[in-house]
Amino acid sequence: MKFGVVRFPGSCDEVDALMACRRFAEADLLWHGDRDLSGVDAVVVPGGFSYGDYLRVGAIARFSPLMESVIEFARDGGPVLGICNGFQVLCEAGLLPGALLPNDSLRFVCRQVEVMVENPGTPFTRACEEGDTLSIPVKHTTGRYYAPPGTLPDEQVVLRYAAGHNPNGSMDDVAGVCNEDGNVMGLMPHPEHAVDPLTGSADGGRLFESLAMVPA
Amino acid sequence: MRARVLIRPKEGILDPQGQAVERALPALGFDGVHNVHVGRLIELDVEDASQVPQMCERLLANPLIEDYEVVELNRNGSA
Repeated sequence: MKFGVVRFPGSCDEVDALMACRRFAEADLLWHGDRDLSGVDAVVVPGGFSYGDYLRVGAIARFSPLMESVIEFARDGGPVLGICNGFQVLCEAGLLPGALLPNDSLRFVCRQVEVMVENPGTPFTRACEEGDTLSIPVKHTTGRYYAPPGTLPDEQVVLRYAAGHNPNGSMDDVAGVCNEDGNVMGLMPHPEHAVDPLTGSADGGRLFESLAMVPA
Repeated sequence: MRARVLIRPKEGILDPQGQAVERALPALGFDGVHNVHVGRLIELDVEDASQVPQMCERLLANPLIEDYEVVELNRNGSA
């Protein structure tokens, strides 16, 4: 089992994501200008400010050569996890429903939040039970999730902020969603920053652990 | 041809930037201001103006959350 972690110009969490993946399986970086996914079994689109987030978060990164291959990989059923900016990129690419808007506070938020596992039946959450609470940090300015009415079925809500923990005004406290087939997931919290008790929580590791259960 | 694209948050979607501006104006003594919304303006020279709506759909705007309007400008920059 091998993870591929995308590196765009402006990515900043790709190394933490790489280290998180390597706790559970092999992992390598993938360069945005390449088209070859190097035979990886799962792709992680990490956080940061891809292509400077010019125009709109994730809007330009979505058209990079590697993303074209990631979109094809996802359409063929390959697991793809987007974290923070990666979530924004996957929404822009049309792989996930909805969009991310500026936080209702208009401020950058950086803090530990609790999220509840709503759907443990995805490749990203199979190491969890329904209702498990995970302590994972958020750090973003553009994290208010919105999906037009009727476009997000309940079973596609994978993670929800616990009561009082919604940091950005997201609709229905949505913290993470998946696509209809369940093989693409995006979330605003950063599981790759919560893989060691030394930094306060290892709960984020459960998502990488879940993905590593995918047969190679 | 020069085109101007106006991009606005879709109606009904919370617009905290608009709200912040709406709250700031009375503090300066400008009363009676309502329904403030903040969007984006993009101007571009194009050979084929008929392509601008597609540019909006695919890149310049996100139609899930934004409405756009294309205005063709004449040589002196007026609409």
